[in-house]
Amino acid sequence: MSLANTASRDLPPWRVLLRRLNIFGFTGRSFVILAPAAWLTLFFLIPLAVVFKISLSEAAIARPPYLPMLTFGEDGSVQLSLHLSNYLFLLSDSLYIDAYLNSIKVAAISTLFALLIGYPMAYAIARASDRWRNILLMLVILPFWSSFLLRVYAWIGFMKGNGVINNVLMSLGIIHTPIVMLQTDFAVYVGIVYTYLPFMILPLYTNLVKLDQSLLEASADLGARPFRTFLSITLPLSMPGVVAGSLLVFIPALGEYVIPALLGAPDTLMIGRVLWDEFFSNRDWPVASAVAIAMLIVVVVPIMLLQRAQSAVIEET
Amino acid sequence: MKRGWFLPITATLGFAFLYLPIMSLVVFSFNENRLVTVWSGFSLKWYQALFDDPQMLEAAWLSLQIAGISASIALVLGTLCAVALTRFRRFKGRTLLAGMVSAPLVMPDVITGLSLLLLFVAMEAMLGWPAGRGTLTVILAHSTLCMAYITVVIRSRLSDLDKSLEEAAMDLGATPVRVFFDITLPIIAPALVSGWLLGFTLSLDDLVIASFVSGPGSSTLPMVIFSKIRLGVSPDVNALATIIIGVVALGVIAASVVGYGAQRTSRPRRG
Repeated sequence: MSLANTASRDLPPWRVLLRRLNIFGFTGRSFVILAPAAWLTLFFLIPLAVVFKISLSEAAIARPPYLPMLTFGEDGSVQLSLHLSNYLFLLSDSLYIDAYLNSIKVAAISTLFALLIGYPMAYAIARASDRWRNILLMLVILPFWSSFLLRVYAWIGFMKGNGVINNVLMSLGIIHTPIVMLQTDFAVYVGIVYTYLPFMILPLYTNLVKLDQSLLEASADLGARPFRTFLSITLPLSMPGVVAGSLLVFIPALGEYVIPALLGAPDTLMIGRVLWDEFFSNRDWPVASAVAIAMLIVVVVPIMLLQRAQSAVIEET
Repeated sequence: MKRGWFLPITATLGFAFLYLPIMSLVVFSFNENRLVTVWSGFSLKWYQALFDDPQMLEAAWLSLQIAGISASIALVLGTLCAVALTRFRRFKGRTLLAGMVSAPLVMPDVITGLSLLLLFVAMEAMLGWPAGRGTLTVILAHSTLCMAYITVVIRSRLSDLDKSLEEAAMDLGATPVRVFFDITLPIIAPALVSGWLLGFTLSLDDLVIASFVSGPGSSTLPMVIFSKIRLGVSPDVNALATIIIGVVALGVIAASVVGYGAQRTSRPRRG
């Protein structure tokens, strides 16, 4: 009895409070789960539901600029109005479909180039000596920590008419008139590959560094040329890394806004940019929401592929 | 394996691709000429111009505050979430929680930004809170984004952790809360630091989400930079970039030196 008394007296106040809460079945354990779950429900799940709701409502000149979905009549009746018009509008205007297809094209081509550049880099890092490996890995990660916006900005100075590339080529006498690079699709590809290259290199590196060297030696002993060994051993074994890296480049590239806005031509259509303009320039919230929902549908498939690839990697290790 | 010429050359070209634009940015920040890419002599005047620009300084200070607060909120929530996902094997809605916390990682920024703005507008209409858009709404949005990344960092550290230490403490009669604060937390402290830094950087770097959810008078640094560089190249942005790159490089080098030291001292114990 006295022992229990001293024990509860020595308890700090927060522990006493926790004990009281325990009576209501509210344990520390449920707090650990509920706090992040409640936050994410409020700031992730509900917002998506709100977007879906507004995509089904009618635009209006009001604040906020859309009509309510439920209207209550004076006689107590409730009227529910759902408008599919925003989605039909997306389908009827070729601008939106073109933007979709173009986003997928730009993302796919950029991913391919990122893979072609990133694979040899990841392989070289995996094969480097311990000392060099750490330095090279740090060099890959370093740009990721500095400002994304400023790294894209660096390319403006690099590619513009009187920029670094043109100046160097002209002073070497290779070209006589500046090449137009900025505000072209080429610039958008360069920007995306440059920005997301670390996302390609890191999963590839993690995969390639585990590659069993004896397999390569065996293949060489059996008379295969290095390129043949690469095609029939290294590449198939590194497929999980290739898939993870490609998706990590492809997914953000699909919804990219900043890179096409800064490096692309004014008429470079990408879905992220269309959503932005619909919202900020046209102030059409319902159509912007419909674009967001349609964009989610495009993004969901690669995201699910990514999660499968990642769980495969986790099971493997 | 025979060392070919192919790998070293492509790797060198790859690193040149990653670093040449950044290096030219740094070099031309010291250029005297207003035309950013025409060199006409060494000068620090763009740094002077940067520190004389009240709009830039205000935005930088605001962004640092937002990043610090968001990363701290996200660290608490992310740690709780990581503990729930690694230490509690089974509970209702586990899959949902795991899905919700990793979805913001891959969600396009424009969708996250738009959806949060629409939420804030709806909440203001129904509850009157948060009143208007501004610093608070940016913090709420960034905390959610950073939380996703921080959960990944801490979750992977927690699942690598040797559970016997926690079990030993539990066997000796420590409560789960006590075990967490006395055993788990000190061990995962490095992951907490790197998670917080990651969140801080993400918040400091975000343009798209902040553009949606911020209001008049709460322009963050990326928003100010973006509106400046949409008009063209401007040498004081080069100066700002050089400062950021310098700070980041020093930080990463310091962290890797500390990490390397820690690795060396911990190795014999493990072996």
